[in-house]
Amino acid sequence: MNDIVSARDLWVHFGSQVILEDVNLVIKEHDFLGLIGPNGGGKTTLLKVILGLIKPSRGQIKVFGTSPEAARKRIGYLPQRNLFDLQFPATALDVVLMGRYGRKGLFRRYTAEDRDAAHQALDQMNMLKYANREIGTLSGGQQQRIFVARALVSEPDLLLLDEPATGIDASQQKEFYELLRDLNQEKTIVMVSHDMSAVSKYVEKVACINQKLYYHDSKELTAGDILEAYKCPVEMIAHGIPHRVLREHD
Amino acid sequence: MIEIFQYEFMRNALTAGVIAAVLCGIIGIYVILNRIVFISGGIAHTAFGGIGLGYFLGRDPLIFAILFSLAAALGIGAIKNTRSRVSQDTAIGVFWATGMSLGIVFVALSRGYAPDLFDYLFGNILAVSGEDVKLILALTLIMIMIVALLYKELFILSFDPSYGEAEGVPVQKLYLLLLCMVALSVVVLIKIVGIILVIALLTIPGAIGRQHARTFQGIMALSIVLGIFFVVSGLVISYYLNIPSGATIILAAAGTFFVSTALTR
Repeated sequence: MNDIVSARDLWVHFGSQVILEDVNLVIKEHDFLGLIGPNGGGKTTLLKVILGLIKPSRGQIKVFGTSPEAARKRIGYLPQRNLFDLQFPATALDVVLMGRYGRKGLFRRYTAEDRDAAHQALDQMNMLKYANREIGTLSGGQQQRIFVARALVSEPDLLLLDEPATGIDASQQKEFYELLRDLNQEKTIVMVSHDMSAVSKYVEKVACINQKLYYHDSKELTAGDILEAYKCPVEMIAHGIPHRVLREHD
Repeated sequence: MIEIFQYEFMRNALTAGVIAAVLCGIIGIYVILNRIVFISGGIAHTAFGGIGLGYFLGRDPLIFAILFSLAAALGIGAIKNTRSRVSQDTAIGVFWATGMSLGIVFVALSRGYAPDLFDYLFGNILAVSGEDVKLILALTLIMIMIVALLYKELFILSFDPSYGEAEGVPVQKLYLLLLCMVALSVVVLIKIVGIILVIALLTIPGAIGRQHARTFQGIMALSIVLGIFFVVSGLVISYYLNIPSGATIILAAAGTFFVSTALTR
């Protein structure tokens, strides 16, 4: 299987602050990797390094065997949900079309082909019937599906999803994650999440990041990993969550 | 009513007003959605420095207004993404007051009297010359072209600039470009409604448009129609009542805005 992302000895600094420390990570084709870790631990930074939005201060990052910038067209990105103007005059279709920008470039107008791709992406997220609805009139979960469709519309091979389940009701999360799992049939997915139970249930591999990255190319993290990453006793973290993330220790 | 347009100055006024209304309808929605109303106000007032300099040098004040308003757009815009302790808000205040002060000092230093200074502050659509109409038309055509070419980019900028950045959209440059477009729109509007009233014509048609139209282009179209209506009705009313045209146009717009807001609550 091919390496989709390979990071070697990767360091990121903001000023004098270390954000990522000596990160080594290989993501393989068709992986579904959950990225967990405390707030400010560098999860989003790592995604941005893969996207080429943040340059590592040291080390090497390759995406699809080339530089992140060159690979960006093959990546679909769902940024962390931020507040947008709910009254913004954009339909769901308008929003999804934004994802075609990388394929079009400056000045070019959207064509029928772009619209077809947008309809298809909406259909994949079961949102086709909302194509002409204004984005602000949709529920939080529906909006999130629109944003995933926007990440899909460029027909990427790698999906980077930053907290994709934000705004989705607990009752709809199962269906949402199952949709992502379907997408994983064709695409490699990296998903940043706070929701460890979701991660343990739907994801096939888990990495934990807090400046350093803890990853064993599997779903398992040791209690020691978690302790080091979260800098607090394992019991507190492990308590009340499914233990599949954690290997049983005596 | 038709007979008042037999005069050339009335025809100039009407032509300039309609062109300006089209421009406001197109740019206004970006001003509203990007929340740059007060940046636009700062740019407009900075332009007064250029008006003063034009007087001082005995040249066309509008040309210098272009330079000053572009400088303000780039200055206020550039501060947005710096780590400077000067916030954009502060920069608006500084540019705003500096431009006005420079303008008034230049005028004071100029020999002679500046009879139409008031026109630049509050507008006098009846004083629009044939040359002005050409300048207004040229600037408007440039901006229509830019919006046509960069429609999808400006849409992304207005909706979600941080996503745009991730997609490789040059959002920083687009933002500066948008402010420069506002700066040029300000110059177009100075003769019509004046520096102090510019932001009203940039925002009110779009604001009403938003209350009644659902799509981006629908809002644009409706604000253009509304803008033309405000300019023409303001022009005619001010002519017959012999009151200042700029203020009358704005009051027509504001009156409609309040009625529309009350009706759409």
